[in-house]
Amino acid sequence: MKYVDEFRDPLAARALVREIGAATERLGATEKKPLQIMEVCGGHTHSIFRYALKDLIPPALEFVHGPGCPVCVLPMGRVDDCIAIARQPGVIFTTFGDAMRVPGSKGSLLQARAEGADVRMVYSPLDALELAAANPDRRVVFFALGFETTMPSTAMTVLEAERRGITNFSLFCNHITIVPTIKAILDSPGMGIDGFLGPGHVAMVIGTAPFEFIAAQYRRPLVISGFEPTDILQSLLMVLHQLEQGTATIENQYVRLVDPRGNGVALDAITRVFELREFFEWRGLGSIDHSGIRMREAYARYDAERLFDVPGARIADPKSCQCGEVLKGAIKPRQCKVFGTACTPQTPLGALMVSSEGACAAYYQFARREPAAPTIPIEAAA
Amino acid sequence: MNPKYAGKRISLAHGAGGRAMRELIAELIAPTFDNGWLAPLEDQARFPYEQIPPGAQIAFTTDSYVVSPLVFPGGDIGTLAVCGTVNDLAVGGATPRWLSCGLILEEGLAIDTLAQVLASMAASARSAGVAIVTGDTKVVERGAADNLFINTAGIGTIPAGRSTGPRGVRAGDRLIVNGALGDHGIAVLAARNELALQIPVQSDCAPLNGLVEAMFGAAGGAGLRWLRDCTRGGLATVANEFALEGRFQIRLDETAIPVGDAVRGACEILGLDPLYLANEGKLAALVAPEQAGAVLAAMRAHPLGRAAAVVGEVLAGGHPGLVTLRSAFGGERVVDLLQGEQLPRIC
Repeated sequence: MKYVDEFRDPLAARALVREIGAATERLGATEKKPLQIMEVCGGHTHSIFRYALKDLIPPALEFVHGPGCPVCVLPMGRVDDCIAIARQPGVIFTTFGDAMRVPGSKGSLLQARAEGADVRMVYSPLDALELAAANPDRRVVFFALGFETTMPSTAMTVLEAERRGITNFSLFCNHITIVPTIKAILDSPGMGIDGFLGPGHVAMVIGTAPFEFIAAQYRRPLVISGFEPTDILQSLLMVLHQLEQGTATIENQYVRLVDPRGNGVALDAITRVFELREFFEWRGLGSIDHSGIRMREAYARYDAERLFDVPGARIADPKSCQCGEVLKGAIKPRQCKVFGTACTPQTPLGALMVSSEGACAAYYQFARREPAAPTIPIEAAA
Repeated sequence: MNPKYAGKRISLAHGAGGRAMRELIAELIAPTFDNGWLAPLEDQARFPYEQIPPGAQIAFTTDSYVVSPLVFPGGDIGTLAVCGTVNDLAVGGATPRWLSCGLILEEGLAIDTLAQVLASMAASARSAGVAIVTGDTKVVERGAADNLFINTAGIGTIPAGRSTGPRGVRAGDRLIVNGALGDHGIAVLAARNELALQIPVQSDCAPLNGLVEAMFGAAGGAGLRWLRDCTRGGLATVANEFALEGRFQIRLDETAIPVGDAVRGACEILGLDPLYLANEGKLAALVAPEQAGAVLAAMRAHPLGRAAAVVGEVLAGGHPGLVTLRSAFGGERVVDLLQGEQLPRIC
């Protein structure tokens, strides 16, 4: 298939893997003291597991799975707020599918639906707007979630609602921004990350400039990466080359999509509708300054947080949950006390077990048990 | 169809046991299915005992069909209701013989739609060589069902000496599928019109009993170890069921798994995995390595097996109950049972 197969070419991958192996060796990394490269985005984590890239890189090189899964880092209190809104009479609560199973302190949206709330899955915020147009006697709320990747489409939906004069539509805004969170991780004690794979689709919107401080202040290389297996391997190699040369710059591997200046139209829509919050609570990481996004006063009539009475309670993560340590790269998912026992994708305790892009869910789904050594090779039966 | 029903809708009277129901059955349902077992319209179909071949086992199964929308590219709920039950019999090695048809109709259903679905059932039954011999019709008030639900039960006969299941499976057995995966799941998803996507995919809905007979013919003896149809949950789920119930490990080979371009494209956009998508005309079979070539050739000679392929094998040693997938790059990952429904990822 065009535009897919060329990025999954095993020959190209093998060539990159050889170079990665050689560079890791030249850098003198060992299995005991490995180089740690954080992939910031949950989409990268998913690809790394789906294509079993961990099997291909040397043991002296380690992926640290970052905080870039917006479903995972959503605190329980916000899910409770969603359910409170969904239960109001006359409300149709709309959400992306991933958020349906995220547990709040008293269950998930999926459970709320089973108990009678009108919760519907949509593929785009514009679908939610159409629902509002088709149901003028109902109040349609869209659960806006995600990093800069999804912000432009929700901002455009609000602008479209304004243009069409649709008044029974609102957003429950839970957008977050990744950059302050990377900074929080870099500032945390015991941080051992040597370099970063940067989030390609966030960079497509915001450009490369917001990442410059990582190189300038923290002297860590970051390579904006695509999501196909050869993208990730090539980006990894680019990080290693920087480490070898002792440089720290922001490079762009995802040139087929990312303009270093970002996307002006998208940024304009975001700036018109949204502004930064003072602080926002992240599941597993705690409160991070200027990491949350809310709606501007000018769009208050589309802001579910203002329109509905939400509990807004802060609910602590379960004590046994070690998501924060996993997110900082201090421990691997398997080393968590409750991994695979009290915490599984069916009954997630911690944030990282919730979405398929969460590091723990990916470990559980794709690598729970070490696969057996190859025995009989598969051949075409003759 | 009887012209008196054209443009009419189902009312509660059609399920009340009185004249309207008798007429609906006698004028629409029974003539569509048209066979001697059904014709007397007794409360049961009757078969002479001699119809069961000596030494044969009887296979008996049931399934309910609630697909939405009722009609999708490549079939409708009627095609499904016959093929699904026929396939559940066929993958047990049975020759499907007789089906029942339980209809649950929602008040207000267009009788034209019902007639179309019944005609699809009759056509699928003809192509599978089975007869719909008994049935039941209920009507529920508007809102108590979604248009039309169907339950079919099926009876088949398993020839003497034919036995499939986990006991015969050996290390090195090949896992074979009869063609490209995921067509039904994507066709129904596209037909729901919730996506702004035009996807040129038809459901693979088809009765597999002819193909299964060809496979048994080619395998001889106990070479054909174990079969299942890959419906909800797809190949990944069937492979996991095999591995869990048989206590062995299966390794799939990603590069060998057939998936059509349109399904692949849809999966790329929607964040779905074709391994987990539903099929209605696909089966997975574990076959002894010595017979795998002959079975594969027989499948490829059958219209429903042209793209048949060996997609994996049972490992010697390995972890009982585990399914892994070897990627095109040589890495290996676990293919687990699905958690909940397969939800698209958001970014």
